[in-house]
Amino acid sequence: MNPGSEKAPVGAAIAAIALVTLLSPVILGQQGLRRTPGAVYDSDFPGKKSGPAPKRDITGVWEFANGGGEGIQADGAKAMPSDGKPEHELPFTPEGRKAFMANKPTFGFTQVPSALTNDPMPGCDPQGFPRIVLHNAHHEQIIQTATQVVILYQFNKKWRSIWTDGRKLPGNPEVPAWDIKGSPPPEARFWGYSVGRWVDDYTFVADSNGFDDRSWLDNAGRPHSDALHVIETYHRVDADHLEKTITIDDPKYYTRPWVALDKLPYRLQSPGLEIPEQECVPSETAKYNQLFANPAAK
Amino acid sequence: MRRMLVAVASGVALLSASLMAHHATAVFDLGKRLTLTGTVTEWFWANPHCLLRFDVKSDSGEMTHWVAETQAPPNMTPFGWSKQSFAVGDQVTVILEPVKNGQPLGRILQVKLPDGKTLVAGAPAIPAGGAQQ
Repeated sequence: MNPGSEKAPVGAAIAAIALVTLLSPVILGQQGLRRTPGAVYDSDFPGKKSGPAPKRDITGVWEFANGGGEGIQADGAKAMPSDGKPEHELPFTPEGRKAFMANKPTFGFTQVPSALTNDPMPGCDPQGFPRIVLHNAHHEQIIQTATQVVILYQFNKKWRSIWTDGRKLPGNPEVPAWDIKGSPPPEARFWGYSVGRWVDDYTFVADSNGFDDRSWLDNAGRPHSDALHVIETYHRVDADHLEKTITIDDPKYYTRPWVALDKLPYRLQSPGLEIPEQECVPSETAKYNQLFANPAAK
Repeated sequence: MRRMLVAVASGVALLSASLMAHHATAVFDLGKRLTLTGTVTEWFWANPHCLLRFDVKSDSGEMTHWVAETQAPPNMTPFGWSKQSFAVGDQVTVILEPVKNGQPLGRILQVKLPDGKTLVAGAPAIPAGGAQQ
């Protein structure tokens, strides 16, 4: 059989764009209904009102309330995608813009073909935080202990500890590493160093700093410096819902803080819902590049 | 109308890709569709993309080895794909969007399996009439 092809003519394409625009709520609805096996979504409970939120409790397995695709942010941070729109232009400092233009992402407004990218992630370098929640995010599990809030993530089976025992963020290089009550070591970490507190009975806020500047903020190559400070807000809306907000504060690269994730709603799942395995395997990446990415870019 | 459907499918495919893909759409000939029937030589269930390798024989008897990608495994399992979806030697019919440079590479939109079932890669991207043979 000879392979055949058909390419959409320009006129039809324009008409199609109009149609797609008209249909987009439906399409997005279909995308939004993309299901993680075993998960439940708000659309599964039409008209059902949730019970009151428990106090100071964000434990559980949390999936995006409006469908499993809600965490996929191919074009960059969900609230500020790299799409060339003026309203999504980030408040870069000159140094920050220079760092952004030096990054070669495979998605977003400044995308390049896969073979030309310098994205650290495809080669299995650490994705780091906050990219773990600003790129290809999936359902996650939150565990509270007497001293920590621990978050388990799917990609590369990573976790973060947010200390709640009153310790401070890194900041004093004179304080030795073992004096963890006074100040943790100021080393650069892909996952930063995090401390958290309850600002009211239903709102938990975490601050993170001490980042390694080799990681990217998102899939569109937004950079961060070693001065990055991330603010996470978890608001327990009711018994079934949690909202997550991520704010980027990096005075070296951005003239003001900006919101990367804005009250993204999650729905509480059965405690038996498993987090799937998704490992970045260097040998698999090498094979993919050899068989597909490199010949596709020739 | 048929062309309109193909064009709509292109738009939907674009939207689908932007929601799911790991890498750029720049290498693909967006909107183009190929329907290929061939024999599976490997199903590589891996990150960052799964790869289906298959041989396609033309009417003149010339064999072409195709490599077609999908998204990563956790993004495919919700649509019914698994590591066991294909075996070497399976006869499959693949609808894909090829790369621009003419290499036998593309990204899979759907695959018809030997038992007649169809695996779809994500959002509906195929018009009712299917792609051109």
